[in-house]
Amino acid sequence: MSEIREIDIPVGATPQKISQMLENFEDVHGERMVVQMGPQHPATHGVLRVELETDGEMIMKATPHIGYLHRCFEKTCESMTWQQVVAYTDRLDYCSSANNNLGYVLACEKMFGIEVSERVQTIRVLVSELNRLASHFIAIGTYGLDIGAWTPFLYLIQEREHILDLFDRLCGGRLLLNYMRIGGLTHDLPDNWLKEVHEYLSYMEGKLDEVNSLLSYNKIFVERLANVAIISEDMCIKYGLTGPNLRGAGKKWDLRKNEPYCGYETYDFDIPVGDGEVGTIGDCWDRYIVRVKECEQSMRIIKQATERLEKMPGDDVLAAIPKSMTKVAPGEIYFRTEHPKGELGFYIVSNGKKFPWRLKCRAPSFSSLSVMSAVSPGLLIADMVALIGSIDIVLGEVDR
Amino acid sequence: MTIPEIFNILQEKFPEAELVLEENNPDPIIRAKCEAIADISLLLRDDPDFSFDSLMCLSGVETVEEFQTVYHLYSMLHNHKVTLRAGGTKEEELIVPTVSHIWPTADWHERESFDLFGIKYTDHPDPRRILLPDDWVGYPLRKDYEPQKTWHKIPLTAIDYKEEDNGDES
Amino acid sequence: MGLIEGRFEPNIIVTSTDAIFNWARSRSIWPLTFGLACCAIEMMATNASRFDLDRFGIFPRPTPRQSDCLLISGTVTAKMGERLVTLYEQMSEPRYVISMGSCANSGGPYCDHGYHVIKGVDQILPVDVYIPGCPPRPEALIDGFLKLRDLIMKETIAKPSA
Repeated sequence: MSEIREIDIPVGATPQKISQMLENFEDVHGERMVVQMGPQHPATHGVLRVELETDGEMIMKATPHIGYLHRCFEKTCESMTWQQVVAYTDRLDYCSSANNNLGYVLACEKMFGIEVSERVQTIRVLVSELNRLASHFIAIGTYGLDIGAWTPFLYLIQEREHILDLFDRLCGGRLLLNYMRIGGLTHDLPDNWLKEVHEYLSYMEGKLDEVNSLLSYNKIFVERLANVAIISEDMCIKYGLTGPNLRGAGKKWDLRKNEPYCGYETYDFDIPVGDGEVGTIGDCWDRYIVRVKECEQSMRIIKQATERLEKMPGDDVLAAIPKSMTKVAPGEIYFRTEHPKGELGFYIVSNGKKFPWRLKCRAPSFSSLSVMSAVSPGLLIADMVALIGSIDIVLGEVDR
Repeated sequence: MTIPEIFNILQEKFPEAELVLEENNPDPIIRAKCEAIADISLLLRDDPDFSFDSLMCLSGVETVEEFQTVYHLYSMLHNHKVTLRAGGTKEEELIVPTVSHIWPTADWHERESFDLFGIKYTDHPDPRRILLPDDWVGYPLRKDYEPQKTWHKIPLTAIDYKEEDNGDES
Repeated sequence: MGLIEGRFEPNIIVTSTDAIFNWARSRSIWPLTFGLACCAIEMMATNASRFDLDRFGIFPRPTPRQSDCLLISGTVTAKMGERLVTLYEQMSEPRYVISMGSCANSGGPYCDHGYHVIKGVDQILPVDVYIPGCPPRPEALIDGFLKLRDLIMKETIAKPSA
């Protein structure tokens, strides 16, 4: 028999709050239904499958299933020479391949004690920051797409295409660069390339404000994201969430500042953090806006790096590349860098031979995704899409 | 706090854990008996002097003699790092107590290490394969792994065109 | 007003059934929105501004029931292969498969040591067009679609002659 009961739901209550209130009325719950989201779903950013146990529109339990893109990166690397592995790191997080290259080559350089020149370091910073921009543009654009805004995606892809043109001129690849080598780079910058970067920067002036007015502060967008799927700082650290997700939770933490590498300590830039501008600290909107603000900071770094390179005398970028890597120092190392998605770590074990003995990639998206089953109870199904987009996962990196 | 300092304190607190400091590496590594890992981890996280609040990485490793689990810990508060290692010979399967209740991020990393190396974690809340399908045979990252030829009738080998073209060429 | 309006008397066009059907089908190839790996990002870029696949009548659909073409954009693993066959079976005839990128064509960089990778999607699905590249550039993808268009133009819906 059904009976009508009144519950006072305060105005502006979050779904979590409502679900807590409903806990007291166990018979109010309907039958639980299992919904499969993915692996073919436009909003899962690839081939993620999430098993949702729902009560009406409310998610009671979410179990992510990964491995649909397990390409055996770690096994393959054990049969590749040290330099060949660089090409495979490209394909980990295919949105930001230069940053993957950087993480790997820096780890190897630290292990084998290779010093590179300042010019090489600056070029590396420049290229990886450009790639960070490209990666964040995809993250922001597709996030709008997930929430239902098609136009910002088109604009952002357009801005990204200009970066890809620069990469195209630089090394022939649009998406996968394969530009860095242990001890240097594949080749020097092409003529006039720095001028083009300058032109790009002046072209980009004010474009991020457009993004903000078109998307960030759009009422519908804010309503969809504010107070949704809050991940606190404590939870971020526990679950290994790093990068923009951790900064979105209000923690001022950036490996470029806290553990500088590649000369990042000499650049002048800020670490944007989430401050709960439209909702609570650590909600989807905060994680999103940190990425937009980070784009600004990346542009500052690019500007400084370009100016430095213009003044710097040219030298041989291939000078420090070891002639032969058939015999290397044995040992093991864990080295981490700040990747657009978070902390990218490489744990490398060398037994002194031609090939890496073991190479483990600690992928930021892998850890970020593991928080999903802890955060999702109490969310609506539509919020699930917002959550997946806000932690910005790339399945190539999750599954490796 | 430096790693030798951490090692000395740990050795006082866990005399039976067979702690060894491996100093031949660029960053020294503390090696412990498998059974003691969970207790050591709990102390490392909760002791205010250590407060290793984040687990950066957890990896399975196979060396010539043994299987190992390597833990890379970091303290956001004190800004120091430590590496722990637990290992066991290849004759018997390696069983390590889980640390997923200490750092929840270890949950998926341990599942991955089970999936790819066959290292078992006791008391793990969800001890399933994570990347590969549940009915996969073998542990791929072991050095003696033989790849499957097919899985659910899906061929996993490359077509050998040389064999097919044999008639034309000869 | 376009170029063609106002230039003819009320008229009829005589053509073969095949030509008109093939013309209609080839000018509105709707692929399934299904990104697998790296190539999916290039597919996305091709769909978006600058390359704009819409001008070829190519518009991604989110469900296999509405799509004509399965664009395999990336590495196919064993776990995914099973799903891919299901998706293909859900599509209605006539259906076409484009294999985009080295991984889908042959396993690509993961051919030698990828224990979980299917070395060539043609081992589980019939492929119509192969696009080489790792990842193929958007221009290559557009070329692939134009090749598929030519392929569709050669089809016939007539009864097979005895």
